[in-house]
Amino acid sequence: MAMVEMAGKQLDLDEDGYLTNLEQWDKQVADALAKTEGIEMSEAHWEVVNFLRDYYAEFKIAPMIRILTKEIGKKLGKEKGNTKYLYELYPGGPAKQACKIAGLPKPTGCV
Amino acid sequence: MAKTDFEIPKLEHPVKIPAIMEGASSHLSIHPANEQMKTKLGFPEKRVDNWQETAIAKLGELKDKYRSLKIFLDVCVKCGSCADKCHYFLGTGDPNNMPVARQELMRKVYRKNFTIGGKLFGSLARAEDLTEEVLKEWVTYFHQCSQCRRCSVFCPFGIDTAEITMAAREIMDSIGVGHKYSLEIIGKVHDTGNNLGIPKPALTSTLEFLEEDVKETTGADVKFPLDVEGAEVLMVVPSADFFSSPHVDSLVGYAKVFHAAGVSFTFSSHASEFANFGMFVGNYAQMQKIAGRIVQAAHDLKVKRIVVGECGHAWRVAYSFWNTLVGPFDFLDQAHPAPQHICEFTNGLIKRGALKLDKSANDEFTVTFHDSCNVARASRMGDTPGGQFEIPREILKATCNKYVEMPEEVNRERTFCCGGGGGLLTDELMELRVKGAAPKAAALKEMMDEKGVNVMAMICAICKAQFTKVLPYYDIPMETVGGVHQFVSNAIQLGDK
Ligand code: SF4
Ligand code: SF4
Repeated sequence: MAMVEMAGKQLDLDEDGYLTNLEQWDKQVADALAKTEGIEMSEAHWEVVNFLRDYYAEFKIAPMIRILTKEIGKKLGKEKGNTKYLYELYPGGPAKQACKIAGLPKPTGCV
Repeated sequence: MAKTDFEIPKLEHPVKIPAIMEGASSHLSIHPANEQMKTKLGFPEKRVDNWQETAIAKLGELKDKYRSLKIFLDVCVKCGSCADKCHYFLGTGDPNNMPVARQELMRKVYRKNFTIGGKLFGSLARAEDLTEEVLKEWVTYFHQCSQCRRCSVFCPFGIDTAEITMAAREIMDSIGVGHKYSLEIIGKVHDTGNNLGIPKPALTSTLEFLEEDVKETTGADVKFPLDVEGAEVLMVVPSADFFSSPHVDSLVGYAKVFHAAGVSFTFSSHASEFANFGMFVGNYAQMQKIAGRIVQAAHDLKVKRIVVGECGHAWRVAYSFWNTLVGPFDFLDQAHPAPQHICEFTNGLIKRGALKLDKSANDEFTVTFHDSCNVARASRMGDTPGGQFEIPREILKATCNKYVEMPEEVNRERTFCCGGGGGLLTDELMELRVKGAAPKAAALKEMMDEKGVNVMAMICAICKAQFTKVLPYYDIPMETVGGVHQFVSNAIQLGDK
């Protein structure tokens, strides 16, 4: 674990660069975390992040990928409701990379 | 593909023996477990002061308790036949990843402390103390073994490096040196019932989502029941099936099979995990505790049978250890195996003609099968020898028109590990995972180029997760990875039953 200065804040990050204190998240932090992943946040990127955060607020876990793709399909159009599109947005994987930017803990297990 | 700071091996099948590069993967190390993760599982929170003594005592205890471990440490004749059989050696060229060299990391300490020659002649007898340096080698190279047991197939004495690795990890945990990935996950099973940490409300909503989704696509009322008392079958799956793709496609497949067969089943929120990482850390008490949740759920839900999903190492735990650890299963219906693999269940129905299958639903696919290590080399399935190989293949052949075998030298008991098994499916080891996948990926690539294969089916959640992440490094699309029940799901006809 390490303290890192980012977006004008002292952030607690774990070994993989995920926030350990979810309270520290805000939009600037998301932008800064996205930069470390080489991602420029577009509106579509934000749709994913916002949905992840809403889902997490309710269920304390990231959604199943299938739930995420379906939701994105509803929001951005059916042709975008698939894993391929999500990987275009987040090449490191929607579960891991998008969760990091959304300030969620890293999903670990057999995933 | 993702940027890398390491060289990606060139795929060649049959795989070439690499030039030896001392220390080629010595920089790859694990994230240590934190204090909280360790104390939760009863391990020391920090490395204990007298760690050398403690570790040697533990090694002594383990070698006395498990005769096989002592034999494995005693009988190696250095014939070298295992040396080029490990995917991590083939992928990295690091000589410490030769199975015999990996074993030597423990053997030299064993000799020094437990054999007369080693005590008297020290390094002349290739004996060494467990120094800081040696412990560092242990941490590194016992986390570069996926416990796949391929080496043991080629050893004239059947020496099983996996068992040595498990013992090494158990010894390290006992002195307060542990791997974050495995220990964190074991902690989550105890808290939430599954490796991913999915709480019950999330599980409920996920299953409701799937019911709706299947209804939309097929029109059928396929159920995904949770915690239903009195169901005939308790279905226990790796929790990745509730989260990842392509895992979920097999989950849908299981539910459709139960629906078509008219057999009532339920998932359990208490035992929402089939995986059992207790095995990866060589800890029987943890293995027992994790498996115990499943038996508890079976009692609570008053089921008659337990059927388990597509998960390789957990099948080994269930098949080889459940009875001793958490048996007997005499409270279940004795007319069925306990536990029963979903592949046995489905194949039984297929053979009886009880499922309506339309193979043409899979006509866009030319399918091959990847044998997962723990199923292939550490367990069986069904009631005939080799069932663990034939049953999943029979299902694929019954559901797909185009099925192709992998080359013999990487197939059945000679299969190569996906590169992510044994508790190594973690991002800090990505370089190792990519390199270790090379031998199997090379065979797959050849099948794609020569035979038009476009999917590789498997029955292991770790293999699925690992391959979807690492195959793209070799320009093989992640969609190439599938679960066996995904093809059942495509082919099965859910008309009136
Ligand atoms: S068990 Fe598998 S990973 Fe471990 S040394 Fe043997 S071949 Fe390599
Ligand atoms: S094949 Fe068996 S006996 Fe030969 S070097 Fe390897 S472990 Fe030792």
